[in-house]
Amino acid sequence: MSEILNYAVLPEIVVAVGAMALMMIGVFQKQDDGSGETIGWLAVGVLGLAAALIALQPAASSFHFNDAFISDAFARFMKLLVLAGSAFALMLSFDYLRSHRAMVFEVPVLVLLATAGMMMMVSAGDLIALYLGIELQSLALYVMASIRRDSVKSSEAGLKYFVLGALSSGMLLYGASLIYGFTGSTNFQLIAGAAKAASSQASFGLTIGLVFLLVGIAFKISAVPFHMWTPDVYEGAPTPITAFFASAPKMAAMALLLRVLGTAFPGLAGQWQQIVVFLAIASMLLGAFAAIGQTNIKRLMAYSSIGHIGFALVGLAANSQDGARGVLFYMAIYLIMTLGTFACILAMRRKDEMVEDIEELGGLAETNLPMAFILAMLMFSLAGIPPLAGFFAKFYVLAPAINAGLYTLAVIGVVASVIGAYYYIRIVKIMFFDDARERMLEVPKVAGVVMGLAGFLVLFYVVYPAPLLDAAAEAAKSLRF
Amino acid sequence: MNIDTAPILSIVTFLPLVGVLFIAFLPSTPAGDRNAKFASLYTTLFTFAISLLVWVNFDPSTSAFQFVEDSPWLGPIRYKMGVDGISMLFVILTTFLMPLCILASWDSITERVKEYMIAFLVLETLMIGVFCALDLVLFYLFFEAGLIPMFLIIGVWGGPRRVYASFKFFLYTLLGSVLMLLAMMAMWWQAGSTDIPTLMKTSFPANMQWWLWIAFFASFAVKLPMWPVHTWLPDAHVEAPTAGSVILAGILLKMGGYGFLRFSLPMFPLASQDLAPFVFVLSVVAVVYTSLVALAQEDVKKLIAYSSVAHMGFVTMGIFTFTHQGIDGAIFQMLSHGLVSAALFLCVGVIYDRMHTREIAAYGGLVERMPIYAACFMVFTMANVGLPGTSGFIGEFLTLLAAFKVNTWVAFLATSGVILSAAYALYLYRRVIFGALEKPSLAAIKDLSPREIAVLAPLVLLTILFGFYPAPVLDVTQRSVKDLVAHYEAAVRPGTERKTTSIDEAIRR
Repeated sequence: MSEILNYAVLPEIVVAVGAMALMMIGVFQKQDDGSGETIGWLAVGVLGLAAALIALQPAASSFHFNDAFISDAFARFMKLLVLAGSAFALMLSFDYLRSHRAMVFEVPVLVLLATAGMMMMVSAGDLIALYLGIELQSLALYVMASIRRDSVKSSEAGLKYFVLGALSSGMLLYGASLIYGFTGSTNFQLIAGAAKAASSQASFGLTIGLVFLLVGIAFKISAVPFHMWTPDVYEGAPTPITAFFASAPKMAAMALLLRVLGTAFPGLAGQWQQIVVFLAIASMLLGAFAAIGQTNIKRLMAYSSIGHIGFALVGLAANSQDGARGVLFYMAIYLIMTLGTFACILAMRRKDEMVEDIEELGGLAETNLPMAFILAMLMFSLAGIPPLAGFFAKFYVLAPAINAGLYTLAVIGVVASVIGAYYYIRIVKIMFFDDARERMLEVPKVAGVVMGLAGFLVLFYVVYPAPLLDAAAEAAKSLRF
Repeated sequence: MNIDTAPILSIVTFLPLVGVLFIAFLPSTPAGDRNAKFASLYTTLFTFAISLLVWVNFDPSTSAFQFVEDSPWLGPIRYKMGVDGISMLFVILTTFLMPLCILASWDSITERVKEYMIAFLVLETLMIGVFCALDLVLFYLFFEAGLIPMFLIIGVWGGPRRVYASFKFFLYTLLGSVLMLLAMMAMWWQAGSTDIPTLMKTSFPANMQWWLWIAFFASFAVKLPMWPVHTWLPDAHVEAPTAGSVILAGILLKMGGYGFLRFSLPMFPLASQDLAPFVFVLSVVAVVYTSLVALAQEDVKKLIAYSSVAHMGFVTMGIFTFTHQGIDGAIFQMLSHGLVSAALFLCVGVIYDRMHTREIAAYGGLVERMPIYAACFMVFTMANVGLPGTSGFIGEFLTLLAAFKVNTWVAFLATSGVILSAAYALYLYRRVIFGALEKPSLAAIKDLSPREIAVLAPLVLLTILFGFYPAPVLDVTQRSVKDLVAHYEAAVRPGTERKTTSIDEAIRR
């Protein structure tokens, strides 16, 4: 029994088999309004089961399928984030989908499939495994973006996401094939060895392959200049789907980036460091400036996510163990803040219609103080103001950058965070300083719980901060920075 | 309870949060609002009482940190609290002003009373924390977190241009302090610790000190504020509610001066020495220029705000003389200004509550209707001018004395600021209090209520007491200041070799 439980691939198998089983149940059961939701809760159960299995796994690292699948502390940490992101985003979606008569069983099944892909991405130890994971994830996401077939915006978002996603997959694949050509292997460990030993000519080709690979991944994490799809997809996709896009896939793609650079390319650190520094600076600045003029809160969150990815990349640019820890830590806290914020956005409803204009939050402090307070704390946290969790996230990516001598990067980072603070506190201003608008509908139960949980974690993280940081440090040890 | 073993500083710091917890569960009814006011008043009074206990047990014969608490928190970053002669009195100043702020807001705040009280209590915790923190990151946490409640206080309960003022306050201060954050990280890597007492003993390479000094200066200069980064202050002061202005002028500004004494001087003595002339120039410009600006103001609060900037000029001047008198004077000036400017803002609040205008021109001849008010206002005006016999005199005199020894011209120019301060303060007093009572709207104005007298009386007493008998303050600071100066002089003595390594090299080590 314990041997089965310890089998490293079991969580992935559970999620994948769960997806197929739920699809069968969905197809053969009687279709009514409640059936989709039942399947949804079952899917949440599958995700929870997978998370429990991961938590129970032994601490050691192990390699499977000719080293194509790695199970280590890093993979477990990121998979738990991915599963948490998927599960909470899925729960948040029920209320919305029900009220829009779109509660079809396909949504939870697609979430499960995407999650299986993401878990594969996190554990990939081989270029082919990596590509399989990305494609499984992406295909599910494209469909989800356009799940509201009757809405033009949703269809547009799906199409845009698909075209640009396919382009990025193509680049990634091209990069992967170049790397294979110049090293003779698709395995990360072997690539790392070949990269170290490569002649200057071969290493030039390898660098080009690396650049293409990075471009492909940069699309997935929506780092500038490969971010163009993000605002449109965020705005066009149904809000709970956007919440999903903003949480779990970001975790998986960032994990992939760390894994590739930390396992396959430590030898080319000089080359990729420059690229990462550029991506970080461009993302932070664009995220800060472009968000200022936004009036739609989903678009604003899209630019905010671009900026935050830039910050996470600052830790990666430091090319150190501490930096990797910072990135992992950043992503964990970013996940909490994103889910909390989207729970608030989902609660912005009047007469069963979602409102997305930021001005609609006017005077929320008078009509719904708890929600206004939590959203304000989340905004301050996103801006990185202590003592909220977001401050610690920024602290632990900037500190390694300073240690690595990347002063310019760090200074640009903090300046961007001040500029970014402007639009976050603008939301606080609208909620607290402006005159009250018409009262919003009552907060849906699940959204209320998620909101409260996120607000609690963000506000009280300061009291007992060590465990999460230690877990991130433990996970970062699995990488070879 | 044994004072030596109890975590007394944590109790003082976090006690207001207990009040917050209580208030948060009160209903938003008129009765709930009343209870919120009383709850916060009792909380702040109780906090003040406990902080007095700290003062009584404080041992002024040593410059070491006392009542130290140290527990693990975040790996190498520890939760460490403690006070020495420099920070002790700022804690008392904070806890002393808070009950007065609550009382001053008693009738003037009618909307969202509960939230208002919560914001102030949270702010109190954060301000006390700044002065007690003995870890860089902990210090930054408290220092920066104060922005959130202050932003809300200005923005929610402020005047007509409150949005502009609160944004300017928030972004200005944030921009200053993020640079300090980076410098703190660099210090962490260099010294391998974020412990403030350890860092005070660390000698950083000379050229690294320059960068660190500048980064810290960016933060403290904005906070203090020094010319030319003072422009957020008049806006914030004018728009903030009375109690908000009191806290801003009374305590938040002092964090800048405290920062210079805690970080810039002991940790970067070489850079401090090199850059002292630069600070002198800024200080003198602040003293003379902002005094002249104050002279031209039409708004009472704005005038006092500019006078605050001028008075803070004396503080920086005193600190960067690196002499015992200068630093003693600077600390005294900060404490005195904490009382006097707070009192002046409270006085403005009194007439603002009655007339709802801060235009100087709207007043005149108040002495006929408000004799007690006129007398109180007179004491604070004189203290603001620096009249001997008031607390304002001691600080200005000591800093000028020290400056005279170091640089005669600086002292000469700064002294002209004293004359200018007399000009604007007396001119203000004449226009508001004296003259004929011509305005019909003022005919029915009432003198101070018992509550307002209770707010102003302690301030009057202390202003005069410290003017004649400054010993209670100077006794506490003396020893710490002496050791601070000795530490500085040992560090910059020409015999000691100046370590110069490239920053990169230094940090990689």
